[in-house]
Formats: sequence, C-alpha cells, structure tokens
Amino acid sequence: MKITRKDFLRLSGLSFLAGGAMEAARAIAGRSSAATESQSTPVAQSVRWGMVVDLRRCQKEKGCTACTDACDAAHNVPRLADPQHQVNWIWTQPYETVFPFIQNGYAEQSDAGIPVPLLCNHCASPPCVHVCPTQATWKRADGIVMMDWHRCIGCRYCMAACPYGSRSFNWVDPRPAIAHINPDFPTRSKGVVEKCNFCEERLANGLKPSCVDACPQKALVFGNLADPNSEPRQLLRQRFAVQREPELGTGPSVYYLV
Amino acid sequence: MFMFEKAIRGSRQYWIWLFCLLCVILAGLAFYLYQLNLGLGVTGMSRNVSWGMYIAQFTFFVGVAASAVMVVLPYYLHDYKAFGRVTVLGEFLAITAVVMCCLFIFVDLGQPARVFNIILYPTPWSLMFWDMISLSGYLLLNAMITVVTLTAEREEVAPPRWIRPVIVLSIPWAVSIHTVTAFLYSGLPGRSSWLTAIMAPRFLAGAFCSGPALLILFCLILRRTTGFDVGQKAINALSVIVTYAMVINVFFILVEAFTVLYSRIPADVAHLQYLYLGLDGNYHLVPWMWLSVLLAAVALALLLVPSWRRNPVILPIACLAVFFSLWLDKGLGLIVGGFVPSPLDTVTTYTPTLPEWSIVLGIYAIGAVMITVFYKIALAVHGEIGEADVHVPAVPAGPADR
Amino acid sequence: MRDRLWIAAGLVLFVAAITAPFWYRPTPARDLAKLPELALPAKQKQCVAPVSYMRASHMVLLTDWRQQVVRESERKYVAFNGSVYQKSLTATCLGCHNKEQFCDRCHTYAGVSGPYCWNCHNASASRAVAASADTTEPRPEGAHLAENLPAHILAELASRTNQSLPGSRP
Repeated sequence: MKITRKDFLRLSGLSFLAGGAMEAARAIAGRSSAATESQSTPVAQSVRWGMVVDLRRCQKEKGCTACTDACDAAHNVPRLADPQHQVNWIWTQPYETVFPFIQNGYAEQSDAGIPVPLLCNHCASPPCVHVCPTQATWKRADGIVMMDWHRCIGCRYCMAACPYGSRSFNWVDPRPAIAHINPDFPTRSKGVVEKCNFCEERLANGLKPSCVDACPQKALVFGNLADPNSEPRQLLRQRFAVQREPELGTGPSVYYLV
Repeated sequence: MFMFEKAIRGSRQYWIWLFCLLCVILAGLAFYLYQLNLGLGVTGMSRNVSWGMYIAQFTFFVGVAASAVMVVLPYYLHDYKAFGRVTVLGEFLAITAVVMCCLFIFVDLGQPARVFNIILYPTPWSLMFWDMISLSGYLLLNAMITVVTLTAEREEVAPPRWIRPVIVLSIPWAVSIHTVTAFLYSGLPGRSSWLTAIMAPRFLAGAFCSGPALLILFCLILRRTTGFDVGQKAINALSVIVTYAMVINVFFILVEAFTVLYSRIPADVAHLQYLYLGLDGNYHLVPWMWLSVLLAAVALALLLVPSWRRNPVILPIACLAVFFSLWLDKGLGLIVGGFVPSPLDTVTTYTPTLPEWSIVLGIYAIGAVMITVFYKIALAVHGEIGEADVHVPAVPAGPADR
Repeated sequence: MRDRLWIAAGLVLFVAAITAPFWYRPTPARDLAKLPELALPAKQKQCVAPVSYMRASHMVLLTDWRQQVVRESERKYVAFNGSVYQKSLTATCLGCHNKEQFCDRCHTYAGVSGPYCWNCHNASASRAVAASADTTEPRPEGAHLAENLPAHILAELASRTNQSLPGSRP
C-alpha cells in the first residue's frame, strides 16, 4: 500500500483529534454525571447557616469597624491603597445604596447615611454558582457558598452575576498589602476571586464567625436558619426584617433588622 | 501543512507588512507578560467594572465570526453564484475572528494556566461552558470547510459530497455562537441593562452588518492591492445585506431605549443615562456613545440610497461608519455600561490603560497576520496573483504539493 | 551545493541545542550526584504514610487532602496505622517538616519548581516545631503521632467526634 506524506499527516492529525475528542467526551460524560448527581442529591436541609444583622444595635457604636477588622485579620484580607482594587469580605456601605427600595418620597429618612454591614448573602439560589464555568464556587449542603481558590480561573463571571457586589477579584498580589499574615489561613494569589466564607473553617471547629464574635454590640447574630428555635429565627419572628433584593429570587441567608 | 507554501512567497510589501504586524504582536506579547507578572491590576478594570476591553472586544468579534453565515447561506443554500469568490474570504474571516475571540478571553483570565479547568470540570449549567463548545465547534467546522473546498478548487474537482451537510450545519452554528454569547450577559439577574430578551437578536443584527461591512472593506482592499476582484455583483449584494442588518440593528437599539425610557424604571434608566448623558458627574463614555450614534446615522444615510451604496467611494466610507459605530456600541458601551452604575449604585470610571490597549492591538495584529496569510492562500488558489509574483521562481511541485 | 553549508550549520545548531542540558550545567556534576541533605523531623519517625509512598506520591496525597478539605469538608485523615491527623499542609505537614530544609531542598535537587502551594499557604509563619537539621535527639519509642499534634488540632479532632453546631438547638 502506498501512502503519501500528506495522507500520513492527515491521518495522524485525524487520529489525534479523534483520540482527544474521545477522551474529552469520556471526561465530560463522567464528570458531569457525577456533578449532576451531587447537585441533585436531595439534601435534608437540616442546617442552613444564616445571619441576622441588627441595624439598631450596629448603629449604637459610631465608626465601629470591629467586624471588618476581625474578619480581615482572620482571613488575610489585604488593605490595598487603590480603592478600585479593594478586596471586601465584610464591609459597610450607606443605608440608601444598600436598600434603595426603602427610600420613598416624604418618609422619614432617619437611617439615611448610616453604614450597613455587607457580606456575601450565601444565597439559596446563588447566581455566582450558576455561572461559574469550573465549579470553583459551589453551594454546600449547609447553605454556605464556598470558593475553591485552587480551581478558580479568574474569569470574573461570578462578579458580573452577583447582584450584591459581594465578590472581589485579586487584581494584584495581595500579600504585600497584608499587615500581619494569619498563618492558619491561606492568603490568596493574584488572579482569583474571593468573598466571605461564613468562617467555614471556624464552624468546623465549633466556633462562630469571627465578625460575630468581634461585634461589641452583638449586632450580628449567626445560626441555623433551618432550626425554628435558633437565635436568628427567634429574632426574625420578633422584628421586621428585610433581605437585599429579595425580588431577584436569590434567597439571601443574611437578614437585616431595620 | 495546508497550502502554506503559497503564503511564504510574496512581494517585498507583503513581507514588510507582515514584519510590521510582527512588531505589534511582540509589543502586545511584552505587555501581556507584564500583565501576567503583575496581575490584571495593570488594566483599567476594577472591582465595579470587572470586565473591560478584552471581554467587549471578544463580544464584538464573535459577531464578526458569526457574520460569515451571510455569505455562506446565500451561496450554499440558495446557490447564489455571485458569492462564489467571496464565500471563502468570509469563512477565513470567521476563522480569524474566532481565534481572536479565544485570545481575548485568554488574556482576560486571572489564572490563564488553569484555563483547561473548563474542560476538566465541565459545567453544563454555566453559559461559559457552552460558549467554549460553540466557539471551538465553529472554528473546527469552518477550518474543515475551507480546507476541503479550497483543496477541491485547486485540484479543479467538485468538493466531496460529505462536506455539504457540514456546511449546512455551520449555518445554524454561526447563529448559535452569537446567541450563546448574548446569553452570557442576558441571563444575569443583577445587571438590568443586560437583562433583556432582545440581547441575542440585537447581537445578531449588529453582527450581520459589522461583519459583512468588514468583508466589503477587505474585498475593496484586495481589489486595489492585488487586482483580485470578487465581482461588483457580490459587493452590491453584500452592501444590501449590510444595509438591512444595520436598519434592524438600529431599530433594536431604539426598541430597547423605548422600553427603558418610557417605563422610567430608575435602575434601568441609570445605565442609559450613564452612557449617553453622564451620571454623577461622570461623562467618560458620553462623547464616544454619541459618536457611535452619529456614525450609525451617517452609515444609514449613505447606505439607504441605492446609487450611493453602489458608489466605490461612498461604500467604503459607509462600511467604516458601520464598523466603528458597532465597535463603539458593542465593543465598549455595552459591556462597560452594564457595570455602571454598580449594584451598590457606584459610578466608576473605566479607562483602558496602555498595557490593555497594547494587548488588544497585539491580538488585532495576530488577526491581521491570519487574514493576510489566509487571503494570500485563497488568492493563490484562485490563481489571480500569479502574474503579480512572476519574479519569484515557481516552487517545483514536491511531494508536499501533491 | 550552496545549501549544504546551511544544512550542516543548522544540524550543528540543532545538535548543540538538544544536548545543551548535558554540557551546560549551572551546578557541577559532583554536586548533582550528591543527594540533598534533608532535615528530618526531630520528634517523629513515622509520617502520615510510609516513606516510600510519601516519597513517590506526596503530591497525590496533598491534592487529595486539598480536595477533601475544601470541597467535601472532610478534615480528618486516618493513616495506615490508625493514627488520626488533621488534613492540613501548614498544620500537619509543616508541624513536623521544615519547608526550607525539607521540601525546598528536594524540590530544588529534582528541579521541580512547580507547586504554587506557597503563593497562598504560609510556610514562613508556620509553627514548625521540627526544623533543626540535627536529628540526633533520640526519638520517643512508639510515640503516637496524635499526642504530638498541636493542642488546637487535638481539640478540633475531639470536636469532630462529638460535633456540636453553634447556634443550633436540639
């Protein structure tokens, strides 16, 4: 049989392509079926971590940054000079930008301008998780929206998807901007997205999130929202609470008592 | 390799042109290494405007890639013979545009070394996964079609029959790449200016005018520099396509503007206000957006009069106007405007930096090299520039030429 | 005939390039032949897996741990001999090993500059107990590893068995 160089190249190219495609198809079939399984596994929602922020209490301590400081120290969150590159886990924004729907005409705006603590809402249906192309962010059975910084490719699709501005990208290497590195928690490298993790590393040790422990007014109340007798649930029964942009159907796990 | 022997013989100007492009590519590469070293902080992007030029240009060039369908469909489905020569140019443009798209995505990644995580951990509920599938599939389809049809043409035989279903498949596939790209944006709950069902149709309309406009410009350049003529009938037909698509595109933009402005929902109005009037003292994009409007108006005025659109001087002006109007609208305003104001009502200025521009230009130069080489091959196969290159001794037919 | 010169020159260059690693050496051959001096943990004689396994497959173990801790919230590692460890690079591995005198030396020797662990995980600040290159200190015979783990890890391991969740009430 006579075979020309061109035929040989063509044939070997095709074989490579076919081999690669087969491998890819196998990987996709295997992985995605595994992934869908883990997604569709019915989880008896016995734990859904959540937080209630009591703005009345929070307001008492003017200029307080205890929660931010505690969180930043615990998680090696950098303090960057350029505000456009800032990384935020828990931080504050003025009331009227957080709850635009509460501003109405002549209603008394006694709360205008007060700082409202913001963090990841750990949504029931998180848009960031839906869009992530590598499952570097996913929702745990206990409601925590986790980040895998080993897997994140830094496409920032999750930042576009998050309606709360809760995600930050490491535009530069964060390490030089961390005053004291906490050796028990990793820093991040440049080029990955990060956000509040509800202190899952402390929950695993039976501790509450560091912001909750740090708050001098006990304005942050953390607990299991799935448990009707938990502290946050009791508060939600007694007081009027709002979530951020509930109309989007994301189901935030963070409530605000106004 | 596939007829690349045709691309390594050329005139002095050809090599000077390629050398200049290489310099631009190297400059872009140097700035990319700089960005890789320091992180994406060297760009103008920020925590509020977290996508910028790269993703916007990606979006625009997906449109250019999809627009090949405007020559493929009439030629192959309707047997429109006038597109005989221009079709392969359109397909080569599509291949080039898809490669540019992939590069624009790649340079936007914070961790480019992990790009294969998209394949390693396939995530069918993420639109980005489907964008990867549709773009790579489109690239493969077009590469296959051009290789097979050009080879057949060179050997002066009819293309094999099995290629026809592949060509037919490439037509809906072209529509799919831009639809999926629109879905990347239009499915996000928190970005009201993108949250519109008309995003995909609007993308396609914009693609079907900007892509063929670019193709017309390329055909006119080829006619001038190489004497290769795709035929006036093809150019006229393309200009009609550009005209209709531009009218529909402008119509879609106005339809969107009506919904937003008449309903007066503040969150939706804010994005348009930022783009066209300025918001909170930030007028950064206003002149550019109005330039886009002006160019669109000029283009429509020139294109809608049949005698003008057939005029060899007016047509390129109209095509340039279409291209740059869309480039500003889709390749800048659409993406940046979607991020401002942010969900927390912050207005953030986004200005592309020097490294960012250089990297974008580098990718443009890669595209230009690809187009140059591809068109050289296509033209050599058509046998049109044989006379122009007589001073180069013909390469004797070796085994590779068989 | 003119081409012959070019072909020969090209061949010489090609051969020179591919053999470069053999004749261009930043370190002299005698240093390359010498095995790296690794500082072994002073207090422990048994790692979380047999030495042969760790030598060949520590990277597999580390990525497995990484996957299990981050993605599956599975933090406890039961070793081949029944000892229980916390799956942690900084707490468990660096609890005994010293990065510079153990990890780096071997990685430098093997020319594996690869793993980006230290871009994020903090080796310098680790509470490395081991460290000293001197391993003459007699090892406690039959010492169970878990006894030598830092207190907070022991507390964590204990809490694993009797898991109480904050804020939840029975």
